[in-house]
Amino acid sequence: MTYVPHSDADWSAMLAAVGAGSVEDLFRDIPHSLRETAVANLPEPLTEPELLAHMRGLARKNDSVEDLICFAGGGLYDRFIPSIVADVVGRPEFLTGYTQYQPEASQGMLQALFEYQSMICELTAMPMANASLYDGASALGEAILLAAGETQRRRALVSRALAPAARHVAQTYCSAMGIEIVEVPYVAGSGETDLDALRAAVDDEVCCVALQQPNYFGVLEDMEGAAGLAHDAGALFVAQVEPISLGILRPPGAYGADIAIGEGQPLGLPMGYGGPLLGLFACRQEVMRRVPGRIVGQTVDVAGNLAYCLTLQAREQHIRREKATSNICTSESLCALAAAVYLAALGPVGLREVAEQSARKAHYLADRLRESGVARVRLAAPFLSEFVLDTGAPGEEAVARLAERGYLVGPALGRAYPELANCVLVAVTEQRTREELDGLVGVLAS
Amino acid sequence: MPQPTLLSIAQTGKRCTRLPAGDVPERDLADLVPVHHLREASPRLPEVSEPEIARHYALLARDTFNIDRGFYPLGSCTMKYNPKVNERIAAMPGWALLHPDTPAPHAQGTLRLIRELEGWLAELGGMDAATLQPPAGAAGEFCCVRMFRAYHDSRGDERRTRIIVPDSAHGTNPASVTRCAYTATTIRSSGGRVDLGELGRALGDDVAGVMLTNPNTLGLFETDILQIVQMVHAAGAMAYYDGANMNAIMGYARPGDMGFDAMHFNLHKTFATPHGGGGPGAGPVAVKEHLAPFLPVPRAVERDGALDWDWDYPQSIGRVHSYHGNFLVAVRAYAYLLTHGAEGLRRVSEAAVLNANYLAEALKDTLDLPHAGPFMHECVLSAQSLASETGIRALDIAKALIDYGVHAPTVYFPLIVKEAIMVEPTETESKATLDWFIAIVREIVEQARSDPQLLREAPHHASVRRVDEATAARHPKLTWG
Repeated sequence: MTYVPHSDADWSAMLAAVGAGSVEDLFRDIPHSLRETAVANLPEPLTEPELLAHMRGLARKNDSVEDLICFAGGGLYDRFIPSIVADVVGRPEFLTGYTQYQPEASQGMLQALFEYQSMICELTAMPMANASLYDGASALGEAILLAAGETQRRRALVSRALAPAARHVAQTYCSAMGIEIVEVPYVAGSGETDLDALRAAVDDEVCCVALQQPNYFGVLEDMEGAAGLAHDAGALFVAQVEPISLGILRPPGAYGADIAIGEGQPLGLPMGYGGPLLGLFACRQEVMRRVPGRIVGQTVDVAGNLAYCLTLQAREQHIRREKATSNICTSESLCALAAAVYLAALGPVGLREVAEQSARKAHYLADRLRESGVARVRLAAPFLSEFVLDTGAPGEEAVARLAERGYLVGPALGRAYPELANCVLVAVTEQRTREELDGLVGVLAS
Repeated sequence: MPQPTLLSIAQTGKRCTRLPAGDVPERDLADLVPVHHLREASPRLPEVSEPEIARHYALLARDTFNIDRGFYPLGSCTMKYNPKVNERIAAMPGWALLHPDTPAPHAQGTLRLIRELEGWLAELGGMDAATLQPPAGAAGEFCCVRMFRAYHDSRGDERRTRIIVPDSAHGTNPASVTRCAYTATTIRSSGGRVDLGELGRALGDDVAGVMLTNPNTLGLFETDILQIVQMVHAAGAMAYYDGANMNAIMGYARPGDMGFDAMHFNLHKTFATPHGGGGPGAGPVAVKEHLAPFLPVPRAVERDGALDWDWDYPQSIGRVHSYHGNFLVAVRAYAYLLTHGAEGLRRVSEAAVLNANYLAEALKDTLDLPHAGPFMHECVLSAQSLASETGIRALDIAKALIDYGVHAPTVYFPLIVKEAIMVEPTETESKATLDWFIAIVREIVEQARSDPQLLREAPHHASVRRVDEATAARHPKLTWG
């Protein structure tokens, strides 16, 4: 079937109106040779009931977090999503509209995005935020490019304890631009970024220093110390943060971050096998005109009433073309809306509870593992709600074995960190029960 | 008038979501985390109840134009109807509640869907391989240009520094060029199409590639397309096809058959996934065999009937997304393709093209039509004559349409048409809707002659009057703080 609403009578009347004998006439500018090979080999169409049955069957071949008890982390987490979030983002008004090129027609979505930006600023203690980037990884890439433009320097120092996928994407962005990314090692025993190595590497050719808090291993970093080293060398400091943790952790604005970025999925987005996600991007006012992506501003209408519109568009590709600060156009507005609804639904107290419960449960699990001696918590520095577990066997095998027993941990760290080949990440969210935590310990022991 | 913000209706102590009590021993946070890591005060998030949140967003929704409510002929954006069943499918736990690091044996359904969709996209594009990783159209463009650089580098051909882009191109094209440290060379169109002479003069052994949209942003098929691509290849450059306008040609032409080396699709345009108020979209990329080694990693592969991710592509440009792109968008597109089949997609393009030509024919005497058809999926009208006669410009018409419950077309783009009004009706609008739109445009043009002041002040019936965008940019107020 199709969603074409034309009746046969309308079809004929329209063809007559345009003076075409058949609809093929309208395609006459396409060379014949192209038309002959153009029919694609696709499956036969399905009706809606057939489609639903097919999709259910295919989806059942996956083991979601309804099938596996989820301790997987690495940036995306199995968090509780309040029902109001799905309800709001499912409304056709928000779902089926597009970028607000005509502000008078879309005040509602513009205000929702303005409120999102405001909440991200409250969370990060930064003065401004954009209305979303693709994901935490693209946010890192954009942050480095912004820093390179701002400082006119072409080397970035990025902690090796920052999410490997984000570093990988940033590398794709930066290598194209001739900007060098140098990795700062972490201290082997603790998992913290090696600030002595950072001190040795940072100089007046470095555009920015980027660390993650808590870092990819779940370990807490000395962000203030790293920011100081960056600033002493005239470089910007980029803080990649996990938004739920900001319910309890010091925000980037408090330790001198110039740019705060992060993966916004924990704020009410389903994991969705890794997409769509939400790139958080907040920064100091001074770099406002270099920021990538849409920004909503508050203004007035001709009658002097409060109104909203997309603003600072002179940064953007549809105005500046090759001189734009980024090529980004369509981003992740609906995901930003979900994050705003989530933050409102939780509020400051709820967000704190989510972060605290996750931390308490993670520490309970780590303590139980230490006591039982079945597996070793590998890195010694203080962690928040995620940690590195040494399983004594190749990490990939441990992940596979546990999945067979109904537990999802990971990712395995061997590909990104060969020195941690036997290690996996274990993340604990507020969703996990004591029974499930004890269950994981039991399975690891057996 | 705008609604009060969530913060302004908040009151201390109000709650929406509550968690179950913790079931592990209560320990003070300071026992778990060194105190200097903890924030001194909670973030100032709104404290509101669930009914208030629901009401707040219901009121914001009322002031947000959308496809279900009315005609949305925003040229170049393909604002077609978004099928409801695809939302139901994307919410299935097997897709939505799947962690991306789930081991492959436990994610075979997802890997199957990705492999099949990649195959179908390659087939529709006349290409050999595809990736779903780019999360938006511009990300797909970047991915392709980045692959061009990797391709030339792999052959030791490092003298190529330029990418040619027609002056009718979307702004993302030259912006993506810059993102790969190439220089964009803009060539002038003539008669609304690529000028072969201009192209020939611009081509040279320092050109890495050419980016083309076909049909172009005027809604015209590039009749010389085979010759254009031949010229590009003769210069040793790569040809990239911007798939923004694929909705016009399904079942009638394939970019790969035109000779293009790489292309992207906009799943949120052609395959009806929701635009989400500005995303998420998805910009999968398809390429010919010679560019396949450069595709992003990891790639979905099938070995002995089992699907897995393969990272072993040493020439890959790397990753362009944290995981595998906007997967839940891909799920919707997959469902859309299964609903249509090849014949259905051909019907989609036919209806989109018929609608665009019907509008152009009906309005060509009401406004200027600078380039003659036949049009493909959209047409570009101009308010230039009307503006010289009455002072009423494309912008005024756009604002006036809002009062009639129609979203404005794209205005002032493409840049090569003065006072441009770019209308893309899509295939999901009926003749009755188009006739109604035609009548409205005629009425507005009449009004331009009879009562222009009324139009200069439009809209009159939206939630706000005309918004002062200049002040917003001069004095940015970007938060409620």
